[in-house]
Amino acid sequence: MATTDMSAPLPGTDDAHATTLGLANDKMAMWTFIGSECLFFGALISTYLIYFGRTNEGPAPAGIFDIPFTSASTFILLMSSLGMVLALAAIQAGDMRRFRTWTMATALMGATFLAGQFYEFSVFAAEGFNLTTSPFSSSFFVLTGFHGLHVALGILMLLSMWAASMMGRLPQQLHTTVENIGLYWHFVDIVWIIIFTVVYLIPAAITIAPPTG
Amino acid sequence: MTAIAERPTTTPRRSVFRRPTAETGPWSWITTVDHKKIGILYFVTAFFFFLVGGVEALLIRLQLAQPGGTLLTADQYNQIFTMHGLTMIFFAVMPLGAAFFNYLLPLMIGARDVAFPRLNAFSYWVFLAAGIFLYSGILLGGLPDGGWFNYAPLNLIGPNPTLGVDPSAGSPIPEHVQRMVLYSIGLQIAGIASLASSVNFIVTVFNMRAPGMTLMRMPIFVWSIFVTSFLMLFAMPVIGVALWQLLFDVRYGTSFFNPASGGDPVLWQHMFWLFGHPEVYILILPAFGMVSEVLPVFSRKPLFGYSAMVFSMIAIAFLGWGVWAHHMFAAGLGPVANSAFGLSTMFIAVPTGVKIFNWLGTMWGGRIRITTPLLFAAGLVGMFTIGGLSGVTHSIVPHDWQQTDTYYVVAHFHYVLFGGSIFGIFSATYFYFPKVTGRMLDEKLGKLHFALMIIGFNVTFFPMHILGLWGMPRRIYTYADGMGWNFWNLVETIGAFIIAAAILVFMVNVTRSLRHGAVAGNDPWDARTVEWLTTSPPPPYNFEEVPHVSARDEAWHRKYVSDGSQAPRRVPAGASPDHGTPDDASPGEAAVPAAEAPAHGPAHDGASAIHMPSPSYYPAIAALGLPIAGWGVVAGGAVQVALLVLGGTIIISGLFGWVLEPSAEDH
Repeated sequence: MATTDMSAPLPGTDDAHATTLGLANDKMAMWTFIGSECLFFGALISTYLIYFGRTNEGPAPAGIFDIPFTSASTFILLMSSLGMVLALAAIQAGDMRRFRTWTMATALMGATFLAGQFYEFSVFAAEGFNLTTSPFSSSFFVLTGFHGLHVALGILMLLSMWAASMMGRLPQQLHTTVENIGLYWHFVDIVWIIIFTVVYLIPAAITIAPPTG
Repeated sequence: MTAIAERPTTTPRRSVFRRPTAETGPWSWITTVDHKKIGILYFVTAFFFFLVGGVEALLIRLQLAQPGGTLLTADQYNQIFTMHGLTMIFFAVMPLGAAFFNYLLPLMIGARDVAFPRLNAFSYWVFLAAGIFLYSGILLGGLPDGGWFNYAPLNLIGPNPTLGVDPSAGSPIPEHVQRMVLYSIGLQIAGIASLASSVNFIVTVFNMRAPGMTLMRMPIFVWSIFVTSFLMLFAMPVIGVALWQLLFDVRYGTSFFNPASGGDPVLWQHMFWLFGHPEVYILILPAFGMVSEVLPVFSRKPLFGYSAMVFSMIAIAFLGWGVWAHHMFAAGLGPVANSAFGLSTMFIAVPTGVKIFNWLGTMWGGRIRITTPLLFAAGLVGMFTIGGLSGVTHSIVPHDWQQTDTYYVVAHFHYVLFGGSIFGIFSATYFYFPKVTGRMLDEKLGKLHFALMIIGFNVTFFPMHILGLWGMPRRIYTYADGMGWNFWNLVETIGAFIIAAAILVFMVNVTRSLRHGAVAGNDPWDARTVEWLTTSPPPPYNFEEVPHVSARDEAWHRKYVSDGSQAPRRVPAGASPDHGTPDDASPGEAAVPAAEAPAHGPAHDGASAIHMPSPSYYPAIAALGLPIAGWGVVAGGAVQVALLVLGGTIIISGLFGWVLEPSAEDH
């Protein structure tokens, strides 16, 4: 959120290379923060893997996950990264109308993903799979819930940019801010690729594969 | 640095508040974004918490002075020893380190401020909010009581399962659960402060160095900040996840650590120590950096083996991630895991030993000046070595099994954390007091402080080795007569009061020296690094002219000439022919091109041309929301929803105000 900190050099001015390494401070801060986030999600995913089989006779992964549905919402989230790229390209080219269109599209795709997650959670709860069912369910909901929270924060930042642009308070030279928010957005997407693979696909594959031996 | 100084206000924008402009008075402190003022705030606040933790230690020692002590009940004792640990680690030693990071980092690398001044202020206010939040338990049904590492399943059921389980007694949340919520959210908030600081410091070190300040020319203390920041960056999210899981367990019925519903209590230990072991290096590496600055100055020699010091620090940080299970030898991980972690623990003694020998090598053959900073620095070398050696004994698994949960462990970590970190911090306090305040601390009182402290410290903590070997368990609120522990426990209590006397001497010294101390001048110690080139105290913009660095120990090379065949000769300011030639740097460093001098730097324009960032209300406002939301979770029910919404609104609006405020108010 500190992306417009005053110490960030304005791009397009001589200050862009005033930092020792030539990389803008706020972009380096975003990368550093993403490094920290890797450990955050790493710890959550590890917990999920440790508790994978501990279902307390409640629903198990294969019985509960709806792979086609989640695949669809995953596809939408991944497409939102494309929207983010196009929004950044638009503001770099100075086309503010196109920038707003793609920013809003990205936010809407993120919101669609969140709505899908909300729907998924409510279906799970109706089937007797909720936060307190088992260590497996606890780790599933806390992992995917924290990811959803990250998506929600990203949507908030995207909508703020959109609103700032509508009010004419996002000058074109602030495209580095858009780039930083884009970095965050892509990171959240990449984390979802890992979560989707580890949490949804691999358990499903294990179940479908014929038993060996 | 010029980025801060030169960035013009893009367009005159309105914010909810005008940017504050006060330069004195309480508002100037609340709204400051100056790294030096923030450093002082950190020091004062952390020293206050250090005193609180010290009083808790004295209560512990009074309770244990005799068998069957009745000063404290078991419940009070549990809260006090837990808070002693939490306070000293998270609210005294870490922020005391942060105080020096803040104050010195920009000065040492020749910058005007850190990369993100408002984020820096935010870190401080969040840290303060965390301390207030944790201690609000005094008014809210008790403080955390599970030890600083708060093992599962004790953290789920509490030391006394019958305590406060009756929900009809006032609050809808049982007392024990409230205590655990305070622990979990309090440390979570403190972790946000550390995370923000670490991002800020890493970017500052990478990006804000003065021209010519290559990485291998940085003062060694800057390296310790750099390495510590990376440790914080990667350790904080791990404990963050564990704390969230604990919060969900105690408050919302999940089963991460609850064996009754399939959870694994050992997972908490893994998560905690995966953070906790890097954490002990977060506590000690800053002190290592401090004494590595102090010893060369008072030995009148360059630091022995600078590169080895840097790389051993990196090696310690790296290996520090692979030793966490040596805290868990008694948890039953099996012989393979125990052997592997025992070996990695022995390995980590190697870079630590390199540092100890390099400090000795720095002093060896030097013309030593016996000053208070030197005494404390040498104290660290001696005391930390004892603590380090008892630490290595723990890498031998059967020995560790014998000592687990005894006072031997308490002795070990006090030798490294008190004998190490606290001695290092006092060394740096005496060393940098003249730079911060412009006045010297009194040397006589300083030496008295050191004498009392090293005597009191050893009288308190050395007998703990003996008691531990005799089997006295830690975390017991009292013990029976006839165990043979009476004598040494009494001795330890006496020692604790000697330490208290030492701290009193220090406080008298500071109070007197602030008004009556000898005026220091820019460079009272004949020091070696660039922070001594500017005035004491430094102006808000640090340097009128950003120093161009051509050597390690830049300030020394500006003062002395040496052709290598005879002793260095002092020359008038600016006359040193050494200055400007990087020939004392090793070939590898010389190859790194110096950063180009900014064409439009403030040099020669005088101080009036240097624009520093304006103060801001928003960091403090955003930080205020965090404990408010936390108190909601403590309270439960409708209050929870109300306070979460209120706290969340304050945080979000604080951040929006922050992002949207103009970089400077038009005058």
